[in-house]
Amino acid sequence: MPVRSRVKTFTMDGQDVSGHESETILEIARQNDIDIPTLCQLDGLSIIGACRLCLVEVVGWNKLVPACATYVEEGMEVVTNSERLQNYRRMIIEMLFAEGNHVCSVCVSNGNCSLQYLATKLGMDYVRYPYLNPDRTVDMSHERFVMDHNRCILCTRCVRVCDEIEGAHTWDVEGRGYKSHLITDLDIPWGDSRTCTSCGKCMNVCPTGAIVEKGKPAGEMIKRREFLGYLTKMRGVNNNE
Amino acid sequence: MSEKVSVATVWLDGCSGCHMSIFDMDERLIELAEHVEFVYTPLVDRKDYPEHVDIALVEGAVSSEDDLNKIRKIREHTTTLIALGDCAVAGNIPTMRNPFGTDAILETGYIETATAGQQVPDSIIPRLLPVVRPIHEIVPVDIFMQGCPPSADVIYFVITELLAGRKPKLNDKTRPGA
Repeated sequence: MPVRSRVKTFTMDGQDVSGHESETILEIARQNDIDIPTLCQLDGLSIIGACRLCLVEVVGWNKLVPACATYVEEGMEVVTNSERLQNYRRMIIEMLFAEGNHVCSVCVSNGNCSLQYLATKLGMDYVRYPYLNPDRTVDMSHERFVMDHNRCILCTRCVRVCDEIEGAHTWDVEGRGYKSHLITDLDIPWGDSRTCTSCGKCMNVCPTGAIVEKGKPAGEMIKRREFLGYLTKMRGVNNNE
Repeated sequence: MSEKVSVATVWLDGCSGCHMSIFDMDERLIELAEHVEFVYTPLVDRKDYPEHVDIALVEGAVSSEDDLNKIRKIREHTTTLIALGDCAVAGNIPTMRNPFGTDAILETGYIETATAGQQVPDSIIPRLLPVVRPIHEIVPVDIFMQGCPPSADVIYFVITELLAGRKPKLNDKTRPGA
């Protein structure tokens, strides 16, 4: 009788690697110092595979798969950084820039922004798609924080941390496609929310300058994400399983 | 003189910060002057863009009818067109008017907040376009130099690379916003 092994051996960029069947391609990549870019993924939060930056090729599979949401399988041959993937990743970043109003030079998160960092890292020299310049709002109603929808990329890290870690579920997404946007409670001003505990977790996990502290000058908003690892470890929760 | 490479610098809808970065090359400008001639800049008293320019550094987004005419003419008469800085590359601050529309900002600037002579100007100064665009959405651009502004080092690097006959690789040297 064949014994079913829970340890899977496979290759990643030609390198022999192994992982537990409960682990994702992204986790094994990180364990082996193989860099796969991510944006919506954050250790300690559930996986949604929304940003598509971590798409990888698996030889013989007819579509690309998100490394963050794909469990390892025996014998798979993963390619993490082909020219095709690099091109798609750059396209994704460019589309994010074209879709919102990201003006790095006057943003409080200038120099501390995941979107800006990835744009540079993935070689974006300009945006090939026409800028949409959408008419979006800024919610200043909260006493400590600002929600600037112009800079939101809909990664939903704020939604997940508020629901899964803080347990408040103040944030959610309303609308479809191009009209999708974040709301607090049932689409009321953030400052009027009765579920918000003003803990600031959403602000700290936000990868861009969309959710920020009030009163920060351009380039001086630094997010602190260490709390997430400590909290999930102490609580013994793994939202990924 | 004729063997020198001709360089133009142009100021469209920007704050002149990119031109300040050009000046920031300091004594390297003297070194560059041995190889290049600045044939057209906001500081050279020449009204018309020259018939042929080897390298043009263009600061600013395309925001007015004047910008539009200029950038088309520049493209026609330039070998290597460089988008200099975030406004030229991505629109940057000038595009922040786009979500509101040009009429709305003219109304705010010239009527609502004006204390005297409330009137939107319709002559002498160029008419604003309905939408501000980065340069590459109007004409093809050869080199994109991100930054607000790009540093003097980056500008010097790009010019000297071009003088050496190479296409400058900027990936690890620039980023939007800084």
